[in-house]
Amino acid sequence: MSNNEFDDMNMLGYDKLSDNTEVYNKYVEEITPTTNIYLNVLRAYLVGGIICTIGEFIHTMLMNAGLSEKNAAYGQILILISVAIILTGFNVYYKITKFGGAGSLVPITGFANSVASPAIEYQKEGQVFGIGCKIFTIAGPVILYGIVCSWLLGLIYFIWGIITK
Amino acid sequence: MSVQYIGKQSICFNNPPKILCGGCVAGEKESQGPLGQGQYGNTFDEVVMDPMCGKNSWEEAESELQYMASNIAIEKSGLKKENIRYIFAGDLLGQNMATSFGVGSLGIPLFGLYGACSTMGESLCLAAMTISGGFASHAMAVASSHFASAEKTFRFPLGYGSQRKMSATWTVTGSGAVILSDTSGFAKITAITPGKIIDYDFKDKENMGAAMAPAAADTIYHHLTDLGIKANHYDKIITGDLGYVGQTILIDLLKEKDIDISKVHMDCGIEIFDKETQDTHSGGSGCGCSAVVLCGHLFNLLKRKKLKKILFIPTGALLSPSSSNEGLSIPSIAHAVAIEADS
Repeated sequence: MSNNEFDDMNMLGYDKLSDNTEVYNKYVEEITPTTNIYLNVLRAYLVGGIICTIGEFIHTMLMNAGLSEKNAAYGQILILISVAIILTGFNVYYKITKFGGAGSLVPITGFANSVASPAIEYQKEGQVFGIGCKIFTIAGPVILYGIVCSWLLGLIYFIWGIITK
Repeated sequence: MSVQYIGKQSICFNNPPKILCGGCVAGEKESQGPLGQGQYGNTFDEVVMDPMCGKNSWEEAESELQYMASNIAIEKSGLKKENIRYIFAGDLLGQNMATSFGVGSLGIPLFGLYGACSTMGESLCLAAMTISGGFASHAMAVASSHFASAEKTFRFPLGYGSQRKMSATWTVTGSGAVILSDTSGFAKITAITPGKIIDYDFKDKENMGAAMAPAAADTIYHHLTDLGIKANHYDKIITGDLGYVGQTILIDLLKEKDIDISKVHMDCGIEIFDKETQDTHSGGSGCGCSAVVLCGHLFNLLKRKKLKKILFIPTGALLSPSSSNEGLSIPSIAHAVAIEADS
């Protein structure tokens, strides 16, 4: 990384960094390198798309095997989750996320990874205080706020139902 | 009683404590970097390929690294462990777990320290004061970090998928131990400048370089001012783990005070990993980073007189796993140790 010459400081037009924490924070934001957001979005799209396409493929295969649409959906979810957990166990899943970001985090495979990885990590602290207490450290917010949102929407739906009667 | 303190924060030793030897142990990734396979060959005394170090947990593994580094240093010194009067040691884990289970079994009186990644500097400062004050003839300074135990403490379980920012650093798996002596050594600690906490209200814990650079700038400024010297007094001014981002900021901050260290600055976090091939983004970090680079690479250069005078100044980000969740900023600290090769 190149070292800024003294002249560059004036060219950046900043007041003294050490006098003002706001100025310092702004300066840091300017000089800290960031990843290319467009490339990240493209990678997320590719990875997320591939995972969902695989899901669709599984769903179709299961329906062709004679399952009802609903059961095929359940089977699809179970298979995707199992594969994600196995890949987490073999220390492979994080490589998919490193490349695909949200594309691998958002589908249910990401949720499976977020539950399986603490389970593996906290094994050493025992079944109860290790795995038991800490398995949902990452997935906790998803579970909590997912349920809270569902409840809230259900409440709105219920009230709407009463209003429109 | 003779006064050894000078200026606002510094100490200039009347009888500079000598650096007798150092021992360092590093992990696989470190051994594949420039200090393991580069132009200097393997600078680590020992490399442990198994990240668990044959133990059952990451914390035990890090303890084992401390134990190994300490024993290597003791062996190289030719002393028995009974000759070492005090140990000053620390790590990144909660309650200094790696230290307690690492050097605890040596049976040497222990001062457990927490300075985050500045611990090697802090431990050397205190050990040097102990020797120079006539409180011991031999003291040992130890620090360690482990990638997996640090991730578990501060970030996410290993198997969890996440994307790291370009400003993020990679915690070094390694431990370094330095034995100081009042009589013999290949180098000496001429002065120290313990740092104070500096807080620029910076909150991004994925940009440690930016969090810690102000502390490094402050300590370097006070060191040079207290001693009445300029930056070019030193062959190298070496920070612990500011990384590429932090290095730029440090140089800019010091230029505001009319101090130019751009020609002499070196950073252990930049030296230990290869940015292009090892995917370590802004560089290496952790107590172990500055510890293994000092005890291996830097001590080699001092022994061969490639470097004669260095200012070793590791920095630490003093956040906790809860402090950033609570919306608090990242206070930082940097401790400077001036080392001169013996002629």
